[in-house]
Amino acid sequence: MEDFFGLYNYWIVIFLAMAGLYIVIARGNLIKKLVGLNVFQASVFILYISFGKVTGGTAPILVKGVEMYSNPLPHVLILTAIVVGVATTALGLALVVRIRKEYGTIEEEDIHSQDESM
Amino acid sequence: MLSSHLPVLVIIIPLICAPLCILFRGKDQAFGIALLATWASFACACLITARVMTEGQISYELGGWPPPIGIEIRIDALNALILLIVSGIGSVVAPYSRNSLLLEYVEDRSSMFYSAFLLCLCGLMGVAVTGDAFNLFVFLEISSLSSYVLIALGFDRRALTASYQYLIMGTIGATFIVISIGLLYQATGTLNMADIAKRLPEHGYDRTVISAFAFMVIGAGLKIAIFPLHQWLPNAYTYAPSTVTAFLAATATKVSVYILLRFLFTVFGVHFSFEILPTAAPLLILAILAMFIPSIVACFQKNVKRVFAYSSVAQIGYMILGISFVSVTGLTAGILHLFNHALMKGALFLVLGCIFYRIGSCHIDRMAGIARRMPWTMAAFVGASLSLIGIPMTAGFISKWYLILAAYEKGWWYVTVLIVVSSLIAVIYVWRVIESAYFREPPDDLATVSEAPLSLLVPTWILVIGNVYFGIDTSLPVGLAELAAKSLMGVN
Repeated sequence: MEDFFGLYNYWIVIFLAMAGLYIVIARGNLIKKLVGLNVFQASVFILYISFGKVTGGTAPILVKGVEMYSNPLPHVLILTAIVVGVATTALGLALVVRIRKEYGTIEEEDIHSQDESM
Repeated sequence: MLSSHLPVLVIIIPLICAPLCILFRGKDQAFGIALLATWASFACACLITARVMTEGQISYELGGWPPPIGIEIRIDALNALILLIVSGIGSVVAPYSRNSLLLEYVEDRSSMFYSAFLLCLCGLMGVAVTGDAFNLFVFLEISSLSSYVLIALGFDRRALTASYQYLIMGTIGATFIVISIGLLYQATGTLNMADIAKRLPEHGYDRTVISAFAFMVIGAGLKIAIFPLHQWLPNAYTYAPSTVTAFLAATATKVSVYILLRFLFTVFGVHFSFEILPTAAPLLILAILAMFIPSIVACFQKNVKRVFAYSSVAQIGYMILGISFVSVTGLTAGILHLFNHALMKGALFLVLGCIFYRIGSCHIDRMAGIARRMPWTMAAFVGASLSLIGIPMTAGFISKWYLILAAYEKGWWYVTVLIVVSSLIAVIYVWRVIESAYFREPPDDLATVSEAPLSLLVPTWILVIGNVYFGIDTSLPVGLAELAAKSLMGVN
């Protein structure tokens, strides 16, 4: 039981990852798909930050009398990954804007039926 | 002095030139910068390859920080070969892009195109040189994001949806790769790939490592477009501008195959990937399915670009087949096919670009009788197709020959038969195009169509001649592929 609650942030990671992927697969709305993708990426951010924590360690800032620090490297890595995520979202939204201009809809089914009827 | 910094110059040059293209807004300036940058990186790649062949592996400390703390650039024979493919195809496609863009692309934004093109080149080469796992992810995303932009430039509105679909699938793949890298870091406490490989056996192969492995194979599989994960590829290749299709088809999936090779063989190690986990059998089955199902689908397509997009999925099957043998000969064949497939698909998509330039379509019925109007273009098509099928004296034959040799070595005669039969399917879809272009009467509106301009024909023919040249003098690709395969398998 302790394992279950002690690792609660990993359970959150798994839940968010599955929820995000489900949205991407199940939703036909292009914006909702991007939202799902963001949720999925956010779960990875939490995963990285979780395993940077050292039990009993404090924030990695040099202070007198503190010997144990959490590992700052995963945080730095995830800053980069967040930037990549923002860029992906921006590009995805830009594509959706263009798609809406060309097709007049952002529903996958409508786009598909328009392509079929061409 | 400068030569010791070659490993980093090869990525720095396109990285710096990409924003320069935007700063010098003019079409000609941007084109000039892009051309210089790609040729300069190709020159660097050639020098690096020469050094790797004489001195062996190159290790370069980025910013003077020693690994495993600092980022290391590590180039062995496999990296050098990938560098050669990417920068070589880039230098052929860059001059081609100038004219073919005129029709497909709005002129005043061409500086943006060159900028995205250089970023994509930089990202792909970055993946190929870096020795740091997280760095690899960042470069992969640089190349992916710019390739989404490049695909969306296609003149058909379906290019937008194709690009969007690729963005979703590609991001899921890349995120899987990050998860895998994170889990590996958690297990070993290092990001340097050589260092991870060293520490993994000491750490033991627990559930963390096994899930890292699974995430990596699926993530890389999405990016490679291994059969059932290839849904994004046909649309993306069909609706992207021809130049972009030629560039991406010849480089992007190859670099992803490199990621799979590097992680399966170097980072996780042959013992874990293939002896503890049964990876070879599923790869073999997927490879064989990929050799057949997309090839058969290709036979029923009307758009010739789509025919060769499906054919790309099939050709990826041969590369995966080579990997699934888990032997030096098999890997040599797979790596060799990386090189040869870049040559033949690059050439084929450039030919289709020439045709599109003249008739504004790649539909198989619109191409009726086109060989009478564009004999040189169609001759290039025939040359590259022969290589795709695997006729002797062409590059395609060499890689198929090595694949058959590897199958024979394993005693899997049925795989040999399957390789030959699947090549015959390629004959069918190529023949449909040739039949239409050579043996049908051209419609009246084709009367005004003339041969493609030299600026398009010359790059196309360079690749076609490359197909023949590397089919006869195989010392360079085979030598590099053999060196790479031996170092991946850990034998001397």
